[in-house]
Amino acid sequence: MNIKKPVLCCTSITKFFSGVIALDKVNFNLFPGEIHGLLGENGAGKSTLIKCLTGVYLPDHGDIYYEGKRVVFAAPSEARNRGISTVYQEINLIQTLSVAENIFAGRQPLSKGRINWKKINERSRELLAMLDLDIDVTALLSEYSTAVQQMVAIARSLDISAKVLILDEPTSSLDEDEAHMLFNVIRKLRNEGMAIVFISHFLDQVLELCDTLTILRNGESVGEYRANEISKHELIIKMLGKKLAAFENRVAELNSSDESKKDVFYSVRSMSRRKSMKHFDLDLKKGEVLGLAGLLGSGRTEIARLLFGIDKPHSGNTVIKGVSGSVLSPKNAVRHSFGYCPEDRKLEGLIPCLTIRENIVLALQVKKGLLKYISLKKQRKIAEKFMQLVSIKAPSCEENVSRLSGGNQQKVIIARWLAANPEFLILDEPTRGIDVGAKFEIQKLILKFRDLGMSILFISSELDELVRCCDRVAVLRDRKKITEYTGRSLCSEKIMATIAHVTSEAEDGNLL
Amino acid sequence: MRKIISNEEFKRVLGPLAAFLLIMMFNMFFTPGFFNMQIKNGHLFGSFVDIFNRGAPVMIVAIGMTLVYATGGIDLSVGSIMAISGAVAAYMIRPDYTKGVIEYGTLPPLFAVILIPLLVAGLLGLWNGILVAYLKIQPIIATLILMVAGRGIAQLITQGQIITFEYPEFQFLGSGFLLGLPVSVILVIVMLVLVNFLTRKTALGIFIESVGSNPTASFYLGINSRVIKLFSYLFCGICAGLAGLIVTADIKGADANNCGLWYELDAIASVIIGGTVWGGRFTLFGTLLGAIIIQSITTTILSRGVAPEQILVFKAIVVMAVTLVQSSNMRKMIVDSVFVANRKTDKTVNKGLN
Repeated sequence: MNIKKPVLCCTSITKFFSGVIALDKVNFNLFPGEIHGLLGENGAGKSTLIKCLTGVYLPDHGDIYYEGKRVVFAAPSEARNRGISTVYQEINLIQTLSVAENIFAGRQPLSKGRINWKKINERSRELLAMLDLDIDVTALLSEYSTAVQQMVAIARSLDISAKVLILDEPTSSLDEDEAHMLFNVIRKLRNEGMAIVFISHFLDQVLELCDTLTILRNGESVGEYRANEISKHELIIKMLGKKLAAFENRVAELNSSDESKKDVFYSVRSMSRRKSMKHFDLDLKKGEVLGLAGLLGSGRTEIARLLFGIDKPHSGNTVIKGVSGSVLSPKNAVRHSFGYCPEDRKLEGLIPCLTIRENIVLALQVKKGLLKYISLKKQRKIAEKFMQLVSIKAPSCEENVSRLSGGNQQKVIIARWLAANPEFLILDEPTRGIDVGAKFEIQKLILKFRDLGMSILFISSELDELVRCCDRVAVLRDRKKITEYTGRSLCSEKIMATIAHVTSEAEDGNLL
Repeated sequence: MRKIISNEEFKRVLGPLAAFLLIMMFNMFFTPGFFNMQIKNGHLFGSFVDIFNRGAPVMIVAIGMTLVYATGGIDLSVGSIMAISGAVAAYMIRPDYTKGVIEYGTLPPLFAVILIPLLVAGLLGLWNGILVAYLKIQPIIATLILMVAGRGIAQLITQGQIITFEYPEFQFLGSGFLLGLPVSVILVIVMLVLVNFLTRKTALGIFIESVGSNPTASFYLGINSRVIKLFSYLFCGICAGLAGLIVTADIKGADANNCGLWYELDAIASVIIGGTVWGGRFTLFGTLLGAIIIQSITTTILSRGVAPEQILVFKAIVVMAVTLVQSSNMRKMIVDSVFVANRKTDKTVNKGLN
């Protein structure tokens, strides 16, 4: 950036939350025509910084300059009116309204006291055209894919006059193609001179898209870097402040262990469900991690739901611990000592009104039954034990779960199932949307419990992660199980090729 | 451990507790003789005691309502169930009254007069539960059916008349005293202890809360949400049945038109004032406090000689005030308005600087 002046910058921003420091003298410079990645673990202060910049919070110390002038935004609307648009992580759109209605919900232009529909539709088309999107704005939002919905959310927050666009985890619910579609739009906006802040947990995406990176750690700014001058490895080290090498070696060592002798715990033959999953066979062995790889919608979650009895299969035989039987409901599955950490931890996992303690003991309590109440003393003991085991960071086990960060919430759900001591645990995207540190901790836990003889089904979009943790990986494509890789043949290139339907020697050689 | 639990619960009932104390303080200064208590024939009397005595039916209904409310439901039919249960009891005592026969015939045994109406109330609660849990009808609609139809059923049983009766043992339920305390108050205590045991000494309470708070997650956990919901409506029905018996025994007659009228609203208000979350955390102590607040408002108004036609308006104002005190949003708004005002001055200063 030659001698451009920053459009938005802040100097030594400090913010306390009830005495705890959340941001410590953070400097941040955003120039027009750049995509600025904001990186850090959960709790590093990314969201707090954004909220200070956009008027949600008032910083305790430090100044914010917008277009060269010192500003104090008293409310988010003030920041927005002056051209700082923010798109938050969750898409807050209404599925049953039209695209245009969503864009103008709550601020419909009026003419003579009535809503000016013509103007709404026209302006919506204009806004979406800015994002290279040509869709029917009068159609219901629900008719469009998540990616398009994400664009609509951006269009909603975008005004013609917007100079700064802040995107908080915009890709967390998008698949790869959709994410790239979004990237093109972001690049287009940048080339038109907009300044963009991009927050994401996907380091590859950040490196691919961003020009500049600011890394936060524990509320402090670690530094500002040019994206093309830093490697992913360096980035992780900077984010974590520690080295990963030790862990990676350990994993490699574990992967090479011999697993042909392991007993089959749960075996499925030609299971299928109409419109959900085509016939597949699967063997889950004790003390083994089986990975499921495939794109979103390839049948990964569908298999998990079938195995856990959430969806009933339309055909197939199952053998559990050598006895043929079927799992027809989650209740049934729990009785067979199964556990399931679902993909969407908020919607399907957490009980938001309960404490950490109650969330952790819940699965064990269900397993024991309604009448065999676990005493508070015991509950507390269990909760504390597992909080420590999965290293949940919280002041006490009596804290409400909804106050925890995403990574810690995910750990609560994992702790919940570990406390119930399952023999078979399904983890559906356990590391999505959580910070790198928590990610590695969860991966370590998976291996630890594998070594204790648990059978684990591990679903993940990150191939590196699957290769690192799994003994075997089954690859899915179009709701069909294509193949399995094991031992030496297990590598991310081969999995990738299979997912992408590239016929190569890799695929021929290792069909099981 | 217990300390922390009670602390958490204590925080939740702080609002209603403050409201209750305020009402009591008002009475201390402005209603002469409000706290006077007399012991007549070994029984406790007085305005203060009256709050608990008169409030007992609402308290019992509200205890049942708490569970339903915590599962993410609501039961509008409790008032009608009260009327039906009272009508059944009165009909059993004087089956031929509606045909114009004044004679009683042989009196049915007391346990039958109590248990059969409770059984009927339980069945009605079960009906609500089946509609909600198994047929997935929205609770407000499902229970509205019985709210409307129930009063009709009660009128059919009494043939549109008020069946009055004399049955001292049964009347004991409504106006008797035991150990110096009104029997209705003792019944409240018994129900409270029972429900507290059922929900906090078994996993029922936490299951109710998780089903209400996140039904999908509860299903994945293997909690049988249908049974949990069914139970809560069934139990709520029984509570309403018991309240109906107390009211009927107290007035020595079954009035299908008025027995339990608007009780559903009082009960729901009690639950909400008490701090129970719709589909989530419930607190029985809070509910009890809520019911006491509702009743103390009524008693205060009555003992101050406010005209009966104004009571509802007064009640509405106080209920609104209490809920506002409890609303965390409201508190935030007040704090923010002070805070933002400061910020605005801040900004003007900055503008001057620029």
